[in-house]
Amino acid sequence: MLESVIAGLSGLASGTTFLFTQGLENVIMLLIAGVLLYLGVKKQVEPLLLVPIGFGCLLVNIPLSDLMDQGGFLRTLYDAGVANELFPLLIFVGIGAMTDFGPLLENPRILLFGAAGQVGIFLTLLLALALGFPQLEAVAIAVIGACDGPTAIYVASQYAPQLLGPISVAAYSYMALVPIIQPPIMKALTTPAERVIRMKSLKKSVSPATKILFPIVVTIIGGLIAPKGLPLLGTIMLGNFMRESGVVARLTKASENEIANIVTLFLGLAIGATMEGHAFLKPTTLAIFALGFIAISLDTVAGVLFGKLVCKLTGGKVNPLIGAAGISAYPMAARVVQTQGLRYDKKNHLLMHAAGANTGGQIGSVVAAAVMLSVLKGMGLI
Amino acid sequence: MDNLSFGLTLTLVGVGGTFLTLWVLALVVDLLKKLFPLAAQEESDKKA
Repeated sequence: MLESVIAGLSGLASGTTFLFTQGLENVIMLLIAGVLLYLGVKKQVEPLLLVPIGFGCLLVNIPLSDLMDQGGFLRTLYDAGVANELFPLLIFVGIGAMTDFGPLLENPRILLFGAAGQVGIFLTLLLALALGFPQLEAVAIAVIGACDGPTAIYVASQYAPQLLGPISVAAYSYMALVPIIQPPIMKALTTPAERVIRMKSLKKSVSPATKILFPIVVTIIGGLIAPKGLPLLGTIMLGNFMRESGVVARLTKASENEIANIVTLFLGLAIGATMEGHAFLKPTTLAIFALGFIAISLDTVAGVLFGKLVCKLTGGKVNPLIGAAGISAYPMAARVVQTQGLRYDKKNHLLMHAAGANTGGQIGSVVAAAVMLSVLKGMGLI
Repeated sequence: MDNLSFGLTLTLVGVGGTFLTLWVLALVVDLLKKLFPLAAQEESDKKA
């Protein structure tokens, strides 16, 4: 009887004993979970993602909890929607349903800003390879530069699942830091005269038919050019088609609210669950954070430089600051451009142009990832 | 394929492919706007 009581008590103490004897990694990860929760709750840094990620990290690092073992709660979530890329794709349907591509369609050539804003992905790929990362890991890390959480998660979960935790946390952290990262780069690369260029206001020129056909056209053309990325393009365009068609309001609302909310919770928890100490506490994690920062900075540099080029080619009709909105962080990057434009000229409203470039960046980030995956497929690497 | 060749190939084809895809999309949207102009649609909506 006494032996049974002692055995029972040892069961109760086993977690604490483990933590204080061989659980240094767990302690550090619990602190990191605390930092993520603090950033999400107190600083409001991407709280919808960082809160579940932080809590998932906390759960999985409590010793002997077995939540990520086969049949465990977090393993079930991971297998159900991250290992097979379902969750990021469902989030894309919601993003498509929320996005108004109107400002982009008013001036379609602004889509090219969305291409320029992805150049950082490819330059970071070269850096990651130079640092010695294996090829597919380098690709997954570089996609942090897409400034697009679901795309980064989609690529990482397929080709570098062992890096999913740090890549996801880096992607969402830097997306939240866009208002801090971009303005100094925008200022450094533009002249005072360029920053105060006023752009013509956009005339309403897009018919509802064009808005409805746009997602179909993007899906077909994007899918034909880069079929490996069709799940990414197809889901975002499905959401947008439902929005613009106007006949499935219930599905559109469910996609942008209920489904997106539930999936965001599950996705965050499942990503947090990948942050076990032995997988996260490695020098590569620091390298991934550094490369993520470089990727987003280089995207901004490329976008603003492209803006300067377009400014020259159009005889000064385009304010190069809008190039910074060519990344996918929507609508944050567009707001940064608007704020910076007003900072240098209190009557210069660049928001609509920046919103066009920013939605172009959303499509650009998905297209860049899709092109990358299709090129890898062509090379026989995936 | 060594890392340098891999990186340069993916960068060149990737940047080129992204710009090309978005440029084609921009052209097609321009075409859609010509085929389905706003004014014409507003008129047909009024008649209906």
